[in-house]
Amino acid sequence: MKDFSLPQFSLRFAPVWRRHFLVWKKLAASSILGNLADPMFYMLGFGYGLGSLMPQVGGAAYLTFLSAGTICYSTMNSSTFEVLYSGFSRMHVQKTWEAILNTPLTLDDIMLAELTWGASKSLLSGLAILAVIWGLGLEHSWLLSLWTLPVILLIGLTFSGMGLVMTALSPSYDFFIYYFTLVITPMVLLCGVFYPVDRMPQFLQIAAALLPLSHAIDLVRPLILGYRPAHIPLHIAAMLAWGGISYWLAVSLTRRRILH
Amino acid sequence: MPIVTVSRLAKHYGAAHVVRGLDLAIERGVCFGLLGPNGAGKTTTLKMLLGLIEPDAGEIRIFDTAIPQLARNARQNIGVVPQMDNLDPDFTVTENLLIYGRYFGLSDALINSRIPGLLEFAALTSKADSKITTLSGGMKRRLTLARALINDPELLFLDEPTTGLDPQARHVIWQGLRRLTHQGKTILLTTHFMEEAERLCDRLIIMDHGRAIASGNPRDLIAAEIEPAVVEIYGETVGRWAQKHASYYCKRHEITGETLFCYTHDGAALIAHLREQDVLRYVQRPSNLEDVFLKFTGRELRDA
Repeated sequence: MKDFSLPQFSLRFAPVWRRHFLVWKKLAASSILGNLADPMFYMLGFGYGLGSLMPQVGGAAYLTFLSAGTICYSTMNSSTFEVLYSGFSRMHVQKTWEAILNTPLTLDDIMLAELTWGASKSLLSGLAILAVIWGLGLEHSWLLSLWTLPVILLIGLTFSGMGLVMTALSPSYDFFIYYFTLVITPMVLLCGVFYPVDRMPQFLQIAAALLPLSHAIDLVRPLILGYRPAHIPLHIAAMLAWGGISYWLAVSLTRRRILH
Repeated sequence: MPIVTVSRLAKHYGAAHVVRGLDLAIERGVCFGLLGPNGAGKTTTLKMLLGLIEPDAGEIRIFDTAIPQLARNARQNIGVVPQMDNLDPDFTVTENLLIYGRYFGLSDALINSRIPGLLEFAALTSKADSKITTLSGGMKRRLTLARALINDPELLFLDEPTTGLDPQARHVIWQGLRRLTHQGKTILLTTHFMEEAERLCDRLIIMDHGRAIASGNPRDLIAAEIEPAVVEIYGETVGRWAQKHASYYCKRHEITGETLFCYTHDGAALIAHLREQDVLRYVQRPSNLEDVFLKFTGRELRDA
């Protein structure tokens, strides 16, 4: 079926991305605060509070261990929130997409702008967490910690793609609760944000290994703890697969929703 | 050579045939009306013309470009005023025009050079830096019209441009649209305000159940389809009056609720007769496009 043909990629998406950026710029102060404050308090509270009760975790202070998980968790959250709530508002509530579709742009251009803008939001919130890590001197190697930036972008693209599937299917904002309760929260608790995955029973470890957040953490944590991650191509491929297949599905479902 | 040609266009959703074999030809510089009750297939037709919905059958050519295959190229030169306002609420009036112009691939310099003229056209110069949320309904519509002109299009699609506006605001939009046709733009307008169509349109079709059931110039249609005089008679006893007198005084008549529409070539005898009673109230008026519309589409509610 035509709706399920591969997404089209074109630089025409750029003016739509710029539109989203301009809206963000107007609200930047509150947005940065939101990106930063919540994960920061978790990280500092648990890191110092819980960390003081613990010996080293994964070969580092608990705060450092947790800071790497926080990068992944907060970048996942920012792209997810962006494409779910703001994306749904642009698609369904404000009818921004409808206005754009009357110009020479296509739905695939709009979707590509959503995908890349969601990833841009991830990059912004990842940078905010990194700035705190650098400020507190938590990273073991400054140079290696810089390599988290492309990973953060990949996390953003992956979770934007996944979130857009929900946006395509959603009848209202309330629908997104399912995604957070059934997908995002279990992932945060299973994939090693707060504790090493190997502390969990075998069956949960296997489940966790399939999820994209685990692969993100397996790349980011070593980079913060100062060594080269293992199985780099595998982790990248796993995230690309999650993101790519989701994005294809999201574009297809959105075409079916909008263009009939 | 018409700027828009549509032949045997068809679209169905399941068992519902929304458009069934529609033919259209719109000449350059014309204001063309697409009239019809709710659910007649007007908006679906517009979306097919823009290439946003794929037709099941039929052929569309705009500027001699095949739609939907090359719809993107055609849209480069089309302006659209949608039925529902979809201005960007996060931006000011000027920003809305700038951002929208970028979607056409226009340079900021070119867009910025067009903005003052468009604001003046829309009588929004004093609102250039206002937020959208502070504009009245009429201002939003005028801005939406200005936005549709940002790419200096040859062809404009307007989907019920004055629905929900007060009479003052409606007249301002009408004036703007007449200026655009004088500039040589071609306009395709859907509406269910018959007065709007009668004033603005050079040609129109009346659509119902997905096909064109009448077409022509509004004045010609009225002259061809409707007797020149209409007397509307109101009152509770209008039914009884009709049984006794209607066929004598009216060439044709219709009753809706407590109103009888009497169509005749000369209302003088009827008016004289009505003057002698004081139960029924009445008014005589010239026939208009609404009479044509109701003759073709009937008087029953469409969503009842």
